[in-house]
Amino acid sequence: MRLRLSAEDAAFQQDMRTFFTTQVPQETRDVIAHGKPLTRELIVETMQILNKAGLAVPHWPIEWGGRGWTTLQRHIWHEEMDLAGVPTPLAFNASMVGPVIAQFGSHEQKQRFLPATANLDIWWCQGFSEPDAGSDLASLRTTAVRDGNEWVVNGQKTWTTLGQWADWIFCLVRTDPDAPKKQQGISFLLFDLTSPGVTVRPIKLIDGGYEVNEVFFENVRVPADQLVGEENRGWDYAKFLLGNERVGVAPVGATKLRLRTARERALEPMADGSTLLADPLLAARFAELENELAALELTALRVAADSSDGRPDPASSILKLRGTQLQQDVTELLVDIAGHDSLATGAGEDSDVPSWAQRSVPTYLNYRKASIYGGSNEIQRTIIASSILGL
Amino acid sequence: MEFTFDTEQIALRDAVRGLLRSRDDVPADQGFDPAMWTKLAAMGVLGLPFSEDVGGMGAGPIEVMIVAQELGRVLAPEPYVDSVVLAGGLIAAAGSDEQHATLLAALAEGESQPILAHAEPRTRWGTDAYGVVATSTTDGWTIDGTKEPVLYGDSATVLLVSALVGEQTKLFVVDPDEPGVTRTAYATHDGRRVARITFTKAAATPLGDAPADSSVLKDAFAQATIALCAEALGAMEVALDTTVGYLKTRKQFGVPLSKFQALTHRAADMYVSLELARSVVQYGAMCLAEGVEDPLVASRVKLQVSRSARHIGQEAIQLHGGIGMTDEYTIGHYTNRLTAMEHSLGDATFHRARLAQGLDQREIVDLLG
Repeated sequence: MRLRLSAEDAAFQQDMRTFFTTQVPQETRDVIAHGKPLTRELIVETMQILNKAGLAVPHWPIEWGGRGWTTLQRHIWHEEMDLAGVPTPLAFNASMVGPVIAQFGSHEQKQRFLPATANLDIWWCQGFSEPDAGSDLASLRTTAVRDGNEWVVNGQKTWTTLGQWADWIFCLVRTDPDAPKKQQGISFLLFDLTSPGVTVRPIKLIDGGYEVNEVFFENVRVPADQLVGEENRGWDYAKFLLGNERVGVAPVGATKLRLRTARERALEPMADGSTLLADPLLAARFAELENELAALELTALRVAADSSDGRPDPASSILKLRGTQLQQDVTELLVDIAGHDSLATGAGEDSDVPSWAQRSVPTYLNYRKASIYGGSNEIQRTIIASSILGL
Repeated sequence: MEFTFDTEQIALRDAVRGLLRSRDDVPADQGFDPAMWTKLAAMGVLGLPFSEDVGGMGAGPIEVMIVAQELGRVLAPEPYVDSVVLAGGLIAAAGSDEQHATLLAALAEGESQPILAHAEPRTRWGTDAYGVVATSTTDGWTIDGTKEPVLYGDSATVLLVSALVGEQTKLFVVDPDEPGVTRTAYATHDGRRVARITFTKAAATPLGDAPADSSVLKDAFAQATIALCAEALGAMEVALDTTVGYLKTRKQFGVPLSKFQALTHRAADMYVSLELARSVVQYGAMCLAEGVEDPLVASRVKLQVSRSARHIGQEAIQLHGGIGMTDEYTIGHYTNRLTAMEHSLGDATFHRARLAQGLDQREIVDLLG
C-alpha cells in the first residue's frame, strides 16, 4: 500500500496542471469557474486545443490518438482538467462513439470518423432514449429497414443532449423486430442530422435553458456502410459504451472546484461585515461535504490505481451513485449560500447581486439531471445489489 | 499509489483470521479471553508496531490496520486497540528507555496489559485532564481523583494516567495493585468491561524521564483512531455480509427477501457506506505509514467511519426484522459494538467540529497534494 504518487506520476500531474492552466485560455476556464453556460464554440475550441496536444482522447487506441496511459494517469488527467475549469472533451465523441468505432467499426469507418471525432470536426449526439424506453432502454422502437444499399429509419429519440448543436447522431435502431429477446435485433447506426427526414426539437428545461432535444426520424435514408459492426449486435456495443468508462465516472474534480468556489463565497464579507462561514452550522455542513467528497475521491483513486490488471474494482459501481449525490449536494449548498440573492435570476450585469448567485438556482435545478442520466441512481443500486451483493 | 496488500500482508491477515476462528467462551467477569490474548502474543501480533529492540516486530500502521480489521470482523473483545495501539503507542512515543524495555517487552509477550486512564465523567474527547491531579512529594509523585469510564481498566496491569500538574496535563504510570487505587468494574452496553478508577494519594512515576506532556496524546489518539476505524471496518464488512445472506435465505410471501427492491436498494446503500469507509481507513493507515503531517487525517477517517457505522448498524437490524433484535442472533451485537466504537476516541460530531473549525483558514483538502 502506498499513498504517494510515484515520481513519474507526480511529474505527470505537474505537466497536466501546467498545460491546463497555461494553454487553455483563462477566459474559457472562468466560464466554468463562475458557473456560466458554455457555448458550442468554447467546447469546440477547447477540444481542438487538447487534441492538438494529444490530450483529447488519451484512452483511445494509440494509432487513433490514444496515449497508452495507466488508469491512474487518466484519472489524474481528468481531475486536473476539472480542477483547472477546462471544458472536458465532449463525452459523446471522446467517451462514447469514438471508442465504439475504434473497437467495432470497419477500417473505413475508423479512417472516416475517428480523426474528425477526436478533433470535434463532427459533433456527435446520442440517440438512445425514447419516450417509452428510458431506464428500460432495450424496449426501444425506432426502426431501420433495409432498402437496397440503405437503411430507412423511422421513429423518435428523446433526451438527446446538445442535439441542437450536433452534426451527427449515433443511434440504436431496431433492425430485427422478430428477435426472440428485445436486446437482440438492435443495431448501431451513424448518420448525418442534416439528412432529409430528421427533425430536432429542443426541450425547454426547468432551469430555463435548452440542453436536451426530441429527435424525429421520418423515412431517413442512411447508407448501409454507416452501420457499426455487425447487424443486430448494437446492444453489445451500447453496453460496451456505457461500461467503457472507469475514469471521470464520479465528477470529483468538478465538484471540488464548486466546493472551493462555495467556500470563497461563504468567506466574502456580507453587508454587516460578517461572513457566512462564521456560522458553525454552515461550517459543519462544509466540513461534512468536504469529507464525503474526500471519501469518494479516495474510492475513485482506489479504482483507478488498482485496475492495472484490467479487471474493474467492484467499488467502481458506487462512483456514479455517490458522485452524482455529492454533485447535487454542492449545487444545493451554493443556493443556500446565495440566500435571497438566489431569487435574482434575471438581474443581469447591472445588479449588485453577483452572477454566481443569480445562476445558483438554475444550476441547482439543472443538476437534478445527474442522478437520472447515464443509468439513474435507482438503476445503479440495482446493479450494486445484483452484480456485487448477489441479491 | 497503490491500494493493495503485498503477499506478507495477506499472509498476516490470513494467519490472524485463522487464529480468531477458534475461540472459547469469554469469561464474563473479564470481558475478553486471556487465552486468546496469549495466542495473539505468541503470533507476534501484540508486538507488531514496536521496534525489534524492545521485543516488537517493527511493523507499521498498515499491518496494525490489517489485524484490527480481522479483530473487528469477529467482534473480538480483546483490548488490541486500547492496549497495544493506544497505551503501547504512548509508551513507545514518550516512555523512557527503561519503560520501553520493561513495559513494551512485557506487552508484546502478553504478560502485561497497559491501559490509558484518561476519560473523566462529563468531559469529551480532548487531551486535557480535569479532576485528576498529580502532586510532587519528597517521595515522588502521587495522584488523586477519578477516571471513568476506562475501557479494560479493571484488567489493566499498568495504568497510564493523565493528570494535572498545575494547569498542564501530564502523563504518569501507575501500578493499579498499589494502595490508593480503587477499581470498580462493570459491563459496557456491548458486553466488554469498563472501570471507574479512583486514585487516593496513589504512587505514580512519570511516563518518560520527566512526565510527558499531553501533546503526546494527540499522535497516539490519531494512531488509535485509525486502528479503531479499521476494527469498525471489519465489523461493518461482516454486518453487511450477514445481512445480504439473510436477504437471500429468509423467505416471506413465498419468495426470498432478495426479491424485494425496497430491501435490496437499501443493501446497496450499505455497500456504498462500507466502501467509503474502506477507502478512508486505508487512506488513514497509509498517511500514518508515510508520515503525512496533517493533524486532521484521523478526524476525516473517524467522521466517515462513524457515519458508515451508524448507517450500516441501523440498517442491518432493520433488514433482518425481529430476529435482528435478539441477543441470540449475531447482527444486533455488531450494531451494539459499532455504537461503542462510534463513541470511542471522538464521535462524528466531535471530529466534524475539528474539521469545520479551521475552514476559514485552510483550503478544501487536496488529497494528492
